[in-house]
This record gives sequence, structure tokens and C-alpha cells, in this order.
Amino acid sequence: MTITIDNIARRFGQYAALDGVSLDLPEGEFVALLGPSGSGKTTLLRIIAGLEYAEQGTISFGGEDVTDMPVQNRGIGFVFQQYALFRHMTVAKNIAFGLDVLPRRARPPKAEIAARIDELLELVQLPGLGGRYPSQLSGGQRQRVALARALARNPRILLLDEPFGALDAKVRRELRKALRQIHDRLGITSIFVTHDREEAFALADRVAILNLGKIEQFATPAEIERAPANEFVREFVRDEIDDKPSLAVVHG
Amino acid sequence: MKRRDPLQAPRPVMLALLGIAVAYVGIMLLLPLAAVFVEALANGWEAAEAAIVEPDALAAIRLTLLVAAISVPCNLIFGISSAWLIAKHDFRGKEFLLTLIDLPFSVSPVVAGLIYVLLYGAHGWLGPLLDRYDIHIIFATPGIIMATIFVTFPFVTRELVPLMIAQGRAEEEAALSLGANGWQTFTRVTLPNIRWGLLYGVLLTNARAMGEFGAVSVVSGHIRGETNTMPLHVEVLYNEYNFVAAFAVAALLALLALVTLTLKTYLEWRHHDALAASGH
Repeated sequence: MTITIDNIARRFGQYAALDGVSLDLPEGEFVALLGPSGSGKTTLLRIIAGLEYAEQGTISFGGEDVTDMPVQNRGIGFVFQQYALFRHMTVAKNIAFGLDVLPRRARPPKAEIAARIDELLELVQLPGLGGRYPSQLSGGQRQRVALARALARNPRILLLDEPFGALDAKVRRELRKALRQIHDRLGITSIFVTHDREEAFALADRVAILNLGKIEQFATPAEIERAPANEFVREFVRDEIDDKPSLAVVHG
Repeated sequence: MKRRDPLQAPRPVMLALLGIAVAYVGIMLLLPLAAVFVEALANGWEAAEAAIVEPDALAAIRLTLLVAAISVPCNLIFGISSAWLIAKHDFRGKEFLLTLIDLPFSVSPVVAGLIYVLLYGAHGWLGPLLDRYDIHIIFATPGIIMATIFVTFPFVTRELVPLMIAQGRAEEEAALSLGANGWQTFTRVTLPNIRWGLLYGVLLTNARAMGEFGAVSVVSGHIRGETNTMPLHVEVLYNEYNFVAAFAVAALLALLALVTLTLKTYLEWRHHDALAASGH
């Protein structure tokens, strides 16, 4: 599914979180929204999902205008930074949620849902953990469950908000690889938000660098490194390489 | 020498604190509770039983249960809606609403009762109007129920708001992104997440609804067999020097509270795994 973001703007009070953002994503592309805190990247992702509204501009999926479509009907899968797993449900119930809430006519039979849960647990490499509760899992496992849950209804688009933000470096690398493999296997258009240059460049086909609610550059990692569009991009990309530790502290 | 856990207080301090706690609970809680039952059974089981099955006492028990059966669901529904509104939404006047909901905690129950008399009494603002349609609120069951709702108003909301704020909106957002509609999100995600807080809120509301004296005393009019709730009936009996009967009814009231407490403990024990898993 292609995604067309046209001139999106959103203010919070006096502060412009997004100031006329446009992006075009072809079918099956894996895109990173990269930027410092407060650059508007998460707001943009939430507007694409329908969890936040845009005061101006339009969002289209595959040519269809979805700007005023409620989040439920957009056919997206969303992965939250803090997982947002349903704490009172088992892993299996969490994953099945999207299917369980379908109207009776559209809902697959129980056996089919069970098979789908197993398939998804296999996909995220957590076979046999369906009976656990989220609190009994590690951070990395929780994020894998969140990913499986988001994929259960075969979304047209996968959106991930700082999916590795709360994880330690080793798990982060593992999960990054797993996510890229899953994306390549399923081929769904995916967007993830990150403030980590290295992560964005390692994972994405193309990277959109945001600053103060505007896109500074939207290109492949190689292009950005070869020809930064402006001073901000040059600084942002270099800073991340030079003083990673201090930046890591700044961004928490 | 045996090494000590650095985070534990020294043994003598612990023992002293434990002693104080036991003495305090014993003197303030257990002794009076025991006294109620001892006094109730002072003339034997039959005397206590007779005091309870006597028609006026039965009427008081029925009225108390009726009042609780109506005021608890009312405050349950209002409590959930207001807590949901306050915890999960941003709007102007939120703090004011929260303060307003706390009002019954800061206003004396007697004052609360008087307000209702002032409004709905025979000489009150709305009294003559209601009288014309033959609706009686003061010195009747509706007034008792309204006064009870007033004093038990904040319990459910107060129990739920901090819980719902702590849980945030992320799980609801996740449910919506997975295709759930508003009602499904509420019943499958919001409600299950607050069920334990809700249970405590309901138990507190129920205990207070059955035990409320001040506000109910003002609006009830103390008509024996008609507008006396159990606490009022206890007072009437006590003032008539009918101590055994007074304590018998009081013991029953205490027993009702103990039943709710036992129920809560049982539920906690029964769902211990789910409680631990959900991080309560």
C-alpha cells in the first residue's frame, strides 16, 4: 500500500508540531522518521495512524483519502514504544484481540484464530509462550508480542513508534534484524520513528529527517551521508556519530 | 554474629513497633468489635435473635439493604463515567469537577441531610411543588437513598481516578488501532484493567451506604418500621435502654461489613495469579 502525506500541519497551542509535511512512500518501502525530540516525528506517525488529527493536509493510502477515516478502519498495525500490551490478557489473547473484536460475520472460526496465533508466535520467534501474561515476559519478548498483535489482521501498513526505545543494546540489535526480516517477508509498507541515526540508517530503505515540524531531507541513508541537504542534516548526522554517548543521555 | 539485612530496622525497634501496632488495633478496632458481639449475646442467643426478627428490626434491615442496593449501583455507574472522563480526557474545568466530587468528603453528613430537607422538605424550595404531585422525599425512602448517595458519592471515583491515570491511554489506543470500537475498548480493555479498584470502590461505598448515620438521620424522621435504617434503629433501641436488642442489631450490621470484607479477601485469594500478573 502506498502512503501519500500531503502538507500535514498540526499545532499544540502556540507550538507547531508539524508545519506542512509531505512525503510519498511507494508500496512495500521501509521508512524511518528520524529527528531530535520535539521534531514532530511521533505526531506525524500518530496522524498517519489516525490516533491524532491533522489541522491541515491529507493522508492517502493507495490513492484513497483516509484523512477523516477513524483509526479502526484504516487497516494499520501500530506498535507502541511502551508495548501497550493488554496486561490482563495472556499473550495469545493479546495477539487474537484484533480478530476477536471483528463482527461475527467477519470473525474467523476459533480454530483458525488459534492457528493464526501459533503462526504469529512462530513469526516473532516466541513459540509456545501464548499462555504467559505480559508481566511474565522480558522487554524484548513484549515488543515481539506487540508486533505479532499488530500483524494479526494483516494490516496494509505497519507503524512503529520508537519500537526499540525501551530495550538494551543487544536486544535492540536482535529485534532490529527480526523486524527487517519480517518486513521483507510480508512486504507491507512500514514506517518507524526513531531518534537514533544508526538505527534509522541500518534498518530503513529511506530516512526522513525531521526538525521543528519540517522535513529536512528524505532520501536513502547512502544519499544522506554523501550529500546532506543542509547544515542541520550535516550536523545531526555527524553529531550522532561523534558524540553518541552524550546524545544518548540527552534523548534518554 | 548473624548479619542483618541493612534495610530492616533493628530487632528491638521492630518489636516495639509491632507491639504498638497490635495494641492500637486491639484497643481501637478489635475490642469494640468483640464488645458488640459479647453485649449482643449477653442474654443468650434467643434474646439476640428475637431482637432481630422483631418486625421493626426486619423493616430496618430491609430498608438498609434496599438503600444499599440502589445507591451502590448509582454511584458505581456515575463513578466509572466520571473517573473515565477525568482520567482519560482533557477538558477545561477538570480540576473543578474533581473538587466537586470530593465535596461530600469535606461536608459534614448532617449538613448534607439538612440540604436535602431544605430543598425537598415540606417548607423547602421544591417541597410544595412535589407535594402537589404527591411525591414525598423527606421522611421517606427516596430522601434516605438520596442522602446516602450524597455521602457515598466520591468513593468509586476516588478509587479509580489515580488508577486510570497511572494506566494511561496506551492500551485503549492499542485496542482502537486493532479495530475495536469504543464500546469494545471500554468493556474489554478499560473495565478489566480497573476491576480491582472498582471492587474496592464498591465495597467502600456499600459499607458506608449500610452504615451511614448522620445524613440519613436528618432526612429519615425516625418512623419506626418505615424510615428507620439499621444504624437509626440501633440508636432508637439504645436510647430506650434496650441494650441487648441495640447490640444485636449492631452486631448484625457489623456482620454484614465482615461478610463484604471476607468476600473481598476471598476474591483476592481466588484471583491471586491474575492479580500478580496484571501488576496490582
